[in-house]
Parts: sequence; C-alpha cells; structure tokens
Amino acid sequence: MSGLPHLDRPVVCAHDLAAGYGPNTVWSDATFDIDAGAFVAILGPNGAGKSTLLRQVLGLLRPRSGTIEVLGEPPRHGNPAIGYVPQARTLDPDVAFRGVDLVRLGLDGHRFGFAPPWRSQRVQRDAVDRAVESVGATAYAHRRLGAMSGGERQRLLLAQALVGDPALLLLDEPLANLDVRNQATMAELIGSVARARHLTVLLVAHDLNPLRNVIDVVCYVAGGNVAFGPPDEVVTPEVLSKLYGAPVEVLVDSRGRRFVVGIEEETAHPHPHAEVVADSLRLP
Amino acid sequence: MIGTLVAQSGAARFSWNLFADLGQMLSYEFMRNAFLAGAVVSVVAGIVGYFVILRRTAFAAHALSHVGFAGAAGAVVLSVNPVWGLLVFCLGGAAVMGALGQRIRERDTVIGIVLAFMLGLGVLFIALYNGYSTEAYSILFGEILGISTGDVVLTVAIGAVAVAAIGAMYRPLLFASIDEEIAVARRVPVRALSVAFLLTLGLAVAVAVQVVGVLLIFSLLVTPAAVADRLTTRPAAAIAVSVVVALACTWLGLAIGYYFSYPVSFFITSLAFFAYAVTRLSTGIARRSRPTAAVPAA
Repeated sequence: MSGLPHLDRPVVCAHDLAAGYGPNTVWSDATFDIDAGAFVAILGPNGAGKSTLLRQVLGLLRPRSGTIEVLGEPPRHGNPAIGYVPQARTLDPDVAFRGVDLVRLGLDGHRFGFAPPWRSQRVQRDAVDRAVESVGATAYAHRRLGAMSGGERQRLLLAQALVGDPALLLLDEPLANLDVRNQATMAELIGSVARARHLTVLLVAHDLNPLRNVIDVVCYVAGGNVAFGPPDEVVTPEVLSKLYGAPVEVLVDSRGRRFVVGIEEETAHPHPHAEVVADSLRLP
Repeated sequence: MIGTLVAQSGAARFSWNLFADLGQMLSYEFMRNAFLAGAVVSVVAGIVGYFVILRRTAFAAHALSHVGFAGAAGAVVLSVNPVWGLLVFCLGGAAVMGALGQRIRERDTVIGIVLAFMLGLGVLFIALYNGYSTEAYSILFGEILGISTGDVVLTVAIGAVAVAAIGAMYRPLLFASIDEEIAVARRVPVRALSVAFLLTLGLAVAVAVQVVGVLLIFSLLVTPAAVADRLTTRPAAAIAVSVVVALACTWLGLAIGYYFSYPVSFFITSLAFFAYAVTRLSTGIARRSRPTAAVPAA
C-alpha cells in the first residue's frame, strides 16, 4: 500500500468543512487540498481544534458540515493506509513491554487471534526491523518501553505508524515534551522518513520554528477558522489577525524564524485573572 | 478437610522415593481431582493474570471474587453447586463493570461500593444456611481437597472457554491494553474487548475461588503474572512463565499439604509469595549491577 496510486490527486480534500462536538462548533469553513508528498504543519493555540482535524481524517469524527475526502474516499475508520501517532502520554515506567513488540502491534495488532507460532514470522519480523531501523531505534528497540526516554519512545511509536507502509502519516504533537535539540533531530527524522517513503504528513505542532526546514504547507487553526498555505503566506500579521479576530504580530528574526506574539498567549493559556478584569469592565 | 484427616490418620508418610509418594497421593480420588482442577485453574489464572497486570485491573479481579462470594454462598443456601453461583455472579459482576465503562476513578468507586454490598449479602446467605462456618471457610479460603469429579468437569469446561476467549482476542487485547488510543484509530473494538476481558476474568475468578478461595485469589491471579513480569518482557514468554509459576505453586502446595495438617491454600499462597520475593530480590540485584539493561534478544 504505497502512496503512488494517489500521486495525481490530492491526498486530503476538504470543502467547507466544519468540525465540532455536541452543540459546539470548533471550527468551520475549511477548504483546502493536501497534495501527495506534502508536509503539512497544523498550528494554532491549545484547544483550537488541531487534533480535531486529525480525528476527522482518521474517520473518528464525522464532519459537522461540508465534505472531506482522504486518499480518494470518505474517511474510513481504521484505514490501513494511514499511520497515526497520538499525543504522547506519560507511560508507566514499569510496563514490561519491548519496543519491538510495540512496533509489531502496528502490523497485526488489530487482527483477532494470535500469530500462529508454528508458521514462520520472518516476514513480519523483517518488516518490524526495517521500520525500527528507518527511525534509527535499532540500538534500544529490544529494551522495555519504561526504560526509554521520551524521544526514544516517540521514535518507536513512529516506527509503529510506519510498519504497515502507510501513504499518509498523522502525527499529533510529536515534538512536545522534547528538549530543543531533540525537537530539531525529531523534525529532521520525520522529514527524511517522509521523503524516503513519499509520505504525505500532517503534523500537529505549536511551534513552527523547529519544523521550518521540512514543511511545505501550514494549516493554521485559530478562532474557529482555518487558514491554509505556505508558511510565509499564512504566518503573517494580516492572516493571523483575521483568524483570531484581534491584532496579532509576527516577528521574523535574522534566521527566518517566525514568532507569533500578541493574542496567542492569552488564547492559549486563558488567565482567570483576565476574565475577572473583563467582567468588571462590563459593570455599569 | 479430607486431606487433613489423611494427614492426621498417619496414612500419609513421606519417603524419599518421590514416585512412590506420588503414586500414594494419586491413589486417592480427592487428590487426583485436586491435582487436575489445580492444573486447569493454574493455566487459566496464569494466562488471564498476565492481562490483569498489563491492564491494571487487579481491583476488578479482587471485586469479582467478592461478588463471587455472594454467589457461592447463595448457591449453598439453595443447595446448588457453589461453582454455579460463582459463575453466575462473577459473569454478572463482570458485565456490570464492563457497562460502567472506562473512567477508572468513577468505576473504582462504584466497584468498591458494590463489593462491600456483595460481601454483606454473602454474610446473610451464610447465616441463612445452618452449616455456617465450614462452608464460609471453604468459600473464603478455598477447599481444593473437597473438589468433586463433577466440579473437575465443570472447571475444565469453564477453563477451556476462558483460554479460548483469550486466544481469540489475544492480539487486539494486547494492542488495546498497551495503547488504547492508537488501537481505537486502527479500529480495534476497545470497548467490546474490555467487556469481553472482564467476562473472561469472571470465568477465571469463578474457577480459582475453588482452589484458593475468595480472599486468596491474588496468589494465583496476580502473583504468578507479577513474577513473569519481572523475568521477561515478551508477552508470550511472560504468559508461559506465569502459567508455570502458578502450576508449580498449586501442585507443590498440594503435595506439601498432603503431608501436613495445615490448609493447602496456605502452602499455595506462601509458595507464590516466596516466588515473587525471590524474583524481586534477584532481578533487583541484577538490574542494579547492570544498569544499562539493553539485552537484545536473539
């Protein structure tokens, strides 16, 4: 299952897409095409609906309105052509499970029964070894998960997502909880794996800068809106101010790194204090 | 209490001819039944126990055994085989726990509340039955020497269903236990598996109560798997070790109990405890002297 048959058409097509839970709409009016082989960073403040977008692509959440197509068909829950790494949670340090076994789950963990021990497992083992090698985790993949660092575990989860040879890779905050150096290495690793396998990647992040050498497109989710385009066209004061509905500044430093300042900190971490102030202002 | 009588009557004499000893033991029907039922229970508990540890559902196992207590006591009042009471109540309890869903905090609270109620119900049933103490004693602490041939057949049947269930859901259950979120995305029926596992756990508890009783259930359902958990990180190997430890504790406990007039449950739980203590100490020392435990398996 490679991405090649889909090369001529967009991997993800969204048209007037809206998403929400229960009575609440998270964002709406999203229209975009993601081309095969594109590396998309999904950016925006916490709670803006970045993971919600991934859930729609995975077929875990129905569109509230509008349409979405993934690999030429409506999103299909459990589509084996999609590799997925959810947000890292803290894993119990005592869990007695090896990295290779975790990767193996990506190959046949969804199948019922057990792998018959009387049949050769060579093909499966080779696939696991290749996936582990492609993320550079061979040295520690046989250790127990609990004995690994966050970055090492993240690589094995990436290997698990890759082992089924997907066409589309969805990564939710793969750089969170990593230090600056590991963020850069991880971003580079994902970029090179994606190039080597002709993968289309949707990656949720809250900082554009560690990714700036690998991404082609930014999908910015904020204020109930979605903006889509090349980073230097989307991450601008004009576009972001329109998204947030409030003035936002974008600072560009000498190395081309972009920093969003202004409303984002408040939207991302709403201060109870700020609300109190706003309330008191409303008093006659 | 039959075994105690044998031990006290002096019929059980230990010689260093182990084959002769074994032959003498197995010449009694109650000992054959005990060895057979003990083996089935050990296999089931060893396998299910691996997932109890992996999924951290020890509290559910504990609660199910107490629900089973009410069932067994109720069956005694109705003059039905206690195993049926155990089975019905354990499965019912498992279904209710499954329906309570995934939110551990709320679930544990409700489980605790139901557990206490069920124990109270069990006490009432025991009081309603005039034979009071011996029946209560054997439900709470197990009476492996009192297992009848009919019980053995029932135990084999229940055990076979439990093992088949785990076999059928082995890979997706492993997936859902390790990483529920990715499993959901891969369309693993996480919720249904959780209920199916609790029902299987109910079966395991129902058969294990006969051997070690409601209160000592962890010695077969948790301890062997905990030993395996420290010895290996491969799922299949861990399950095998867990079964072997459970089997060794049960059979050795049974053999020792044959010669001494103390409860077999005591020997089984003690052996399990020492197996864990020794494993914990030795693996602890090994890990400390070899801090980078990067052992690539062959």
